[in-house]
Amino acid sequence: MNPASPDRVVLDPRFAPPFPQAALPVLRNPQLRKNVAHAIDVIQAKRGKLVAEKTDWQALRAAASAIRSHALEDLGTYLEQFEERCTAAGGVVHWAADADEARVIILDLLRQENAKEVIKIKNMTSAEIQLNPFLEANGINVFETDLAEIILQLGDEEPSHIVVPALHVNRSQVREIFARRMGLEHLSDDPKELTNAARTYLRQKFLNIPTAIGGANSLIAETGSVAVVESEGNGRMCLTLPHTLITLAGIEKVIPRFRDLEVMLQVLARSATGERMNPYTSLWTGVTPGDGPQRFHVVLLDNGRSSILAKPKERQTLKCIRCAACMNACPVYRQTGGHAYGSVYPGPIGAILTPQLMKMEHAQSLPFASSLCGACYEVCPVKINIPEVLLELRAQVVNQERKLAGRIFDPMYMGLRVANFLFSNAGRFHLAQRLGRIGARLFTRKDGWMHSLPSVGGKWTQTRDLRGLPSQNFHEWWAARDKGAK
Amino acid sequence: MSSRTSSRQSILEQIRTATGAVANHSVDTAEAYAALPRDYVRKGSMTREACLERMVERLREYDAEVAETAPNQLLDTISDQLKASGMRVFVAPEGLPGEWLVPGFDWKVDHNLPIAEIEAAQGVVTSAFCGIADSGTIALHHSQAEGRRVLSLLPDWHLCILKASQVVETLPEYFSRCAKPAALATYISGPSATADIEMTRIKGVHGPRFLHVILVRD
Repeated sequence: MNPASPDRVVLDPRFAPPFPQAALPVLRNPQLRKNVAHAIDVIQAKRGKLVAEKTDWQALRAAASAIRSHALEDLGTYLEQFEERCTAAGGVVHWAADADEARVIILDLLRQENAKEVIKIKNMTSAEIQLNPFLEANGINVFETDLAEIILQLGDEEPSHIVVPALHVNRSQVREIFARRMGLEHLSDDPKELTNAARTYLRQKFLNIPTAIGGANSLIAETGSVAVVESEGNGRMCLTLPHTLITLAGIEKVIPRFRDLEVMLQVLARSATGERMNPYTSLWTGVTPGDGPQRFHVVLLDNGRSSILAKPKERQTLKCIRCAACMNACPVYRQTGGHAYGSVYPGPIGAILTPQLMKMEHAQSLPFASSLCGACYEVCPVKINIPEVLLELRAQVVNQERKLAGRIFDPMYMGLRVANFLFSNAGRFHLAQRLGRIGARLFTRKDGWMHSLPSVGGKWTQTRDLRGLPSQNFHEWWAARDKGAK
Repeated sequence: MSSRTSSRQSILEQIRTATGAVANHSVDTAEAYAALPRDYVRKGSMTREACLERMVERLREYDAEVAETAPNQLLDTISDQLKASGMRVFVAPEGLPGEWLVPGFDWKVDHNLPIAEIEAAQGVVTSAFCGIADSGTIALHHSQAEGRRVLSLLPDWHLCILKASQVVETLPEYFSRCAKPAALATYISGPSATADIEMTRIKGVHGPRFLHVILVRD
């Protein structure tokens, strides 16, 4: 694909175009919108049914939220505990301050193993640090093993969802990709046949490639164990067959105790895929002689997380368990799909996580990619108040912007400065109202509505009408009423 | 290596500064943990019979085949299931009760079998640690009778023998049954599946495509 093509999807927040611009290719592509809407409708319906049958759903949410908050409040203690127990069980724990360090640690480990090839379990953190292109550039062949990830990897596509990353690709597109890349000309577009093709394609890789990279759904401080949830069994293959396993996980993934899984597993499966339980959950502790990889490394990644932790309102972002319920519920994501967010983390959680991971230096358009309807907060299994964080980040973005030299004469900021002057004094405010009413009369039609305003006002009337100003405001009406009573 | 050590230190320092900077971090960690709200359903409320029925119903919803049997009928039931599978070569964990290896089949007992031999087997028979009725989940802790992880992974056909006394109603009840945290565990809820292509659920990707369960009414 041509990297210069305007429709080329860029999921690196440093280079991605702003959200409104990045959303256009999808908004103009009815097939893509149909694919996204269909997938979301299916998950939403299943989730709705299974959440409704759970009489203690709100209590589970409260517990999940409290467990995650508590783990973050004492993150240092729990991480050290995890490190100690994992090491005692034969694992090796590495710490990476940023993406660069994590990539180098992993490459070094692979070189120690003389690995030319590596199999991978779907892992958002690896996408965040753009591990695959880095390893490929260093001569290591990376094989994704999750069906959706294979579709993306072979089709040179970018993920558009956290849980079902290829939901924007339909069956005939999958058929085309597999036929071309696996050399299967006579493949049909039946999902069963396509899935079988992937099974056959990967079987020998599972059996022969001795090194695997995966992620973690939870790191358990009490035991030093790691938990991975999945559906297909590719995870189990990667966790069981290779000699060496490297787990890459964000530092926020830790939970205090083994027992806490009784909450996390219940809310995760229902929220993510609308299942009572995902088909497979794997749990292991360091190295078990005779069973599974005999060399095990965990790379703990900070990459901006500890600075999010320092901010009281934003900290809750780190409670996220990557279930994607927020994007499935989001009216904006439903229209734009995931690529518009210019990050591997799309949807409402991406809108707050991405700019923070970028230390507010990139992706500043994302906090505005929301109608603040609150649907994301309502479905979030760990109760992240996404609208609250969105508003906080919007304030930060505006504060950055209004100080920029190029923005001094921006009509919006000029208008806001004028408004600030007028609204800070009652006399000025009333005068402005009277003048505004006179001015608005020029644009108000006979039906009492303004259909077209000049200058910045036009941005409003482009897509909606504005009601004309009433001849009397509340203040005046109240004063007149008082006089009438006397 | 020294730069890595310093990363460890600097990350932990940053975390400690961050968590210290935000209020409400005063109480002792263990005390704060003990005070976390846990108002969700921990103990089930079903009768024993209803709980077992729920387990069977959930397993069947996942397209797993379930056969119920009495302890004295178990060997016959195993034999019937194996015959019905049409397969001949089965692997068995080292600690599977010897009498469960019913005659008439080619048994490979896992005394550290090479991967290729497990891959070549058509099916596997294991016991289980626990069944969770609420979600139709089977928990394996990979003891001697449950087998190494790879054993219940590579063969396409998995027969799991679950005793009624091992079935609990809720997930928290399973955790209560763990005397200590499991070091190795696999929770299986139906056969391997995907919905990655147009959200169409396809049974059987990499894990066993066929899950059979014998529920022993002990």
